[in-house]
Amino acid sequence: MDIAWYIVLSALLFCTGAAGILIRRSPMVILLCLELMLNAANLALVAFSRMVGNQQGQVFALVVMVIAACEVVVGLGLIVAIFRRRLPLDVDDLRELRG
Amino acid sequence: MEVTIFFIAAIGALAGAVGVVASRNPFYSVLALIAHLFSLAVLFLLLTAAFVAAAQVVVYAGAVMVLYVFVVAYVGGGGESAWDSIPGQRFLGMLLASVVFVELSAAILSSALRALDTHGPDVSSGFGNPAAIGRLLLEKFLLPFEATSILLLLAAVGAVVLAARKRDQLPSGGDGSGDPATSLPSEDGGLATRERDAGAPSERFAREERPPAGASGTTPIRRGASEEGAPVARSVSRPATSSGGI
Repeated sequence: MDIAWYIVLSALLFCTGAAGILIRRSPMVILLCLELMLNAANLALVAFSRMVGNQQGQVFALVVMVIAACEVVVGLGLIVAIFRRRLPLDVDDLRELRG
Repeated sequence: MEVTIFFIAAIGALAGAVGVVASRNPFYSVLALIAHLFSLAVLFLLLTAAFVAAAQVVVYAGAVMVLYVFVVAYVGGGGESAWDSIPGQRFLGMLLASVVFVELSAAILSSALRALDTHGPDVSSGFGNPAAIGRLLLEKFLLPFEATSILLLLAAVGAVVLAARKRDQLPSGGDGSGDPATSLPSEDGGLATRERDAGAPSERFAREERPPAGASGTTPIRRGASEEGAPVARSVSRPATSSGGI
């Protein structure tokens, strides 16, 4: 399989995630779409690593995975805190940072 | 054979991604993302990245998605009302995403990277296995490795601080913040302890009637008014903003 197929697939997945972020309004689904975009970037990193024949791209993909886990943890903590304050879980209503 | 596996995994990954975006229930979105992650792991295996594929399945589909499932079960999901607060938001979002895709595809297909049209060089059988990745992580990339561990620790502490602070405040502020149903039979004697005991059911009770704007607006007023004079002004201005948002 040519590497270009993987890269095009990665671009397609990235754009699906971007469309989800632009369309959806629930913060949880937006976090999920963010995961989609990060995973698409991971696929591109691993594909380029295979193309060059160098394993360092895979290490980079692993680091991206760790960053995504951190982002998920903080984001879900925020969602739980918002929910406990009985604020609406909708990004159009949550437009103020003031607690 | 490899082509067949690639297309099956690619279709699975795409279907999972579309399912994440399109399903109304966040729980189904999480399940679609799990399917997407498994398909991506297959693609990683095709790219001879065995350790990344294993980490994808174990860490992502195993651990992170369990976190998502718990939060979806806790928050309850659903409730995403109408789709278009901005007129034509759906159409504009899809248009923008497809424009980005066209641009990215043009950049890929007209790239000067000749190696894009090859399978990549022949690699040894140890390419991307845990031993090789571990050696890279502990020798060449030791500093980023340690930095990510510190970052994980910070994120865990931050999430605990974010999510647990309100749990401390809710029962202690509960002597004034109970909703009328639980604070009606209020003799002054054992009020605080009873409120603390009844904290969990009253919280659940209040959460069931969350959708009307009055339920979310009245509790902060009462809690702020019971404390001091100063926070009243701040908490009085809150229901205006929250009800304006609703």
